[in-house]
Amino acid sequence: MNGLFDVPVLGLVFQLLDYLVTVVTLNGPIILALATPLALGALSGVMCERSGVVNIGIEGMMLASAFVGWFVAALAAQAMPAAPSAFFGITPALLIGLLAAVLCGMLVSALHAWLSISLRVDQIISGTIINIVAAGITGYLDVLFSTNPLPTAGKFAPFVPPDVLTGLPLVGWLFKMFLAQGPITLSVIILVVALEILLFRSRWGLRTRAVGEHPKAAETVGIDVIRLRYRNVILGGVFAGLAGAWFTLDFGNSFQGGMTGGRGFIALAALIFGRWRPVGAFLAALLFAASSALGIAIRTTPPSGELGTILTSIPEEVFAALPYIVTIVILAGVVGRSIAPAADGQPYERESAT
Amino acid sequence: MVARVRGQLMVPAGAIVLALLVGAVIIILTSPLATGGFDPTLPLVTYWAIIQGSLLSVNGLIDTLVSATPLILVGLSVGFCFKAGLFNIGGQGQFLTGAVTAAAVGGVLSGAPPFIAAPIAILAAMAMGAVYGLIPGFLKAFTGAHEVVTTIMLNYIAIQLVAFLIQGPLRAEGSSFARSADVGNSAIPVIINMAGGHQAHLGIIFPFIAAAIIWWVLYRTTIGFEIRTVGANPDAARYAGMRPRLLIVLAMSVAGLLGGLAGASEILGVSGYMPAAYSTNVGFDAITVALLGRVHPLGIVFAGLLLGAMRAGAGLMQIQAGVPVQMIDVLQGVILFFLAADIVVRRVFRIHAAAGGVEELSTVTGTYGGKTTVSQP
Repeated sequence: MNGLFDVPVLGLVFQLLDYLVTVVTLNGPIILALATPLALGALSGVMCERSGVVNIGIEGMMLASAFVGWFVAALAAQAMPAAPSAFFGITPALLIGLLAAVLCGMLVSALHAWLSISLRVDQIISGTIINIVAAGITGYLDVLFSTNPLPTAGKFAPFVPPDVLTGLPLVGWLFKMFLAQGPITLSVIILVVALEILLFRSRWGLRTRAVGEHPKAAETVGIDVIRLRYRNVILGGVFAGLAGAWFTLDFGNSFQGGMTGGRGFIALAALIFGRWRPVGAFLAALLFAASSALGIAIRTTPPSGELGTILTSIPEEVFAALPYIVTIVILAGVVGRSIAPAADGQPYERESAT
Repeated sequence: MVARVRGQLMVPAGAIVLALLVGAVIIILTSPLATGGFDPTLPLVTYWAIIQGSLLSVNGLIDTLVSATPLILVGLSVGFCFKAGLFNIGGQGQFLTGAVTAAAVGGVLSGAPPFIAAPIAILAAMAMGAVYGLIPGFLKAFTGAHEVVTTIMLNYIAIQLVAFLIQGPLRAEGSSFARSADVGNSAIPVIINMAGGHQAHLGIIFPFIAAAIIWWVLYRTTIGFEIRTVGANPDAARYAGMRPRLLIVLAMSVAGLLGGLAGASEILGVSGYMPAAYSTNVGFDAITVALLGRVHPLGIVFAGLLLGAMRAGAGLMQIQAGVPVQMIDVLQGVILFFLAADIVVRRVFRIHAAAGGVEELSTVTGTYGGKTTVSQP
């Protein structure tokens, strides 16, 4: 094996492949954790865009939910202090914070639904407004709370899978990746599969896709387009709310202004790359997360030898910018070949009864 | 005509009034955090401090003009794109790349004669901004990648690019923190110099010149007509023999050029150097400016002056009322919300005038998700 590394030029490729395998197998849990907000954001996008509403405000929904989840949990922790339970480190405060984050996601989504479905405001303008207002208000509150700090409510603890599973040769790292996770990340896998099945195998899914492709035809057969769009956009807020809660209750335990760092937009790219399907979007999210993890790994555990010298000489800013560059490249390469729901982005106007 | 102008003014004015009311509620609710006690009069103190700090003194007016300069320039950039049916959220990235270019070129030319150094640094910044705007324009025109996502990604990339350049090759020696060298002779000359550090640089006239040129291009030239046609109806534009792809790339490049100019005027006119962690909200602010100004160059100038006044008064607001300057971001966001949901404003103030909605906005989403309108017939 090591003989391959010494081949001129091509040897570098083998070294890189070897390093990538090492990074992925060693960093499986962090990759899936980093993929969580992207996948949840993309699921929120699936709910909206499959029913014909573009949602570019996922970033703002996540940010608002991250703040509300953290804030409510911190208040609840003061009102009812409790020791974390052995099961995921759950405390009443964390559960209340999680619920508040989800409700916040639904509420902000309802605002997007009202603006874009009822008022027929351009959907991209509506989403952008949500992003700007959310960034403004949470940034303002963040400054206020940094001078009046709130004690943190802590965060959910990751599940500890039995050593029997994680110690297995070859596949042990997979068990670690998919099981050594907090509750929000664990729920992602279930949600992705459930939504994929519901979207393509249930009556609701058929109706949703019909409304997203041809709302007029859907209305003709008795589907209430406006109501279904409202319902789906607001339910999509549940996923955005969970993604927000991941930032402040699962992955970290505090809030910083602008902490979502554009992940709402990367989620949109994952949605498009995954062809508007839950499982596809999840795999795309994993790819984005792996590119982030690679950047971290190169800084913390660089490979040895020639490859290590090359990779560590690249400025760290390049790796910090990598997910954004990958997003652009994927959008440029995939859009056009990946077909959006036909009525995506078009406001629906019911024909008046005469 | 008079009725139309009044209709155009009523909705923005109503949006501002409602935003100030919402802002007042937020200020009252958060007053225990800002001042240590519940204070229902705090909004009045806050708003009065903003007015005092921006409009009621010569120093305040100077600060207003200086603060408004980048807002109007980037507002024109966003507005120009709206006319072409494009939504440019990349003002921040175009500003930052222009600013870092101005800092680099200005630093190199810091010993050159001023009348040569400053123009070269400004032109270089404009060229770099134009290139940074051209990228999403090209991607939109030839691959269909929507500019809203690509420009935001480019904003994050620009932040990293600035951090790398200022910490690395452009870092000035002998300073305690990472910053570029002083621009020296490349600085834009100061034309008004008051006591207490209140200065105005010659660059405060850039927005007015730029607004006049943008107006002339949009309404008095063939290319402007074509840009507006593409924005209003891309299919009609194509059937009329126009080249939407070329126009999209051109519009985004012009937008980037304006963003680059804004960056240059801040570095060469205000700070004189660039720190590694240069934070700016100008890209988002400019969207409010463009929509508040009804996507018209003259309106954008007034809207930029108004928001510039808010920025200029923010310092005094923080000192007198204890409300953090980020309150301005909140107010601008809420203004934007009411501008989009103008039906709320109309109901509250019983505005019946027909003119109101900004029709350029309706084509933005039409090109989302691969349904590129510039595909060949």
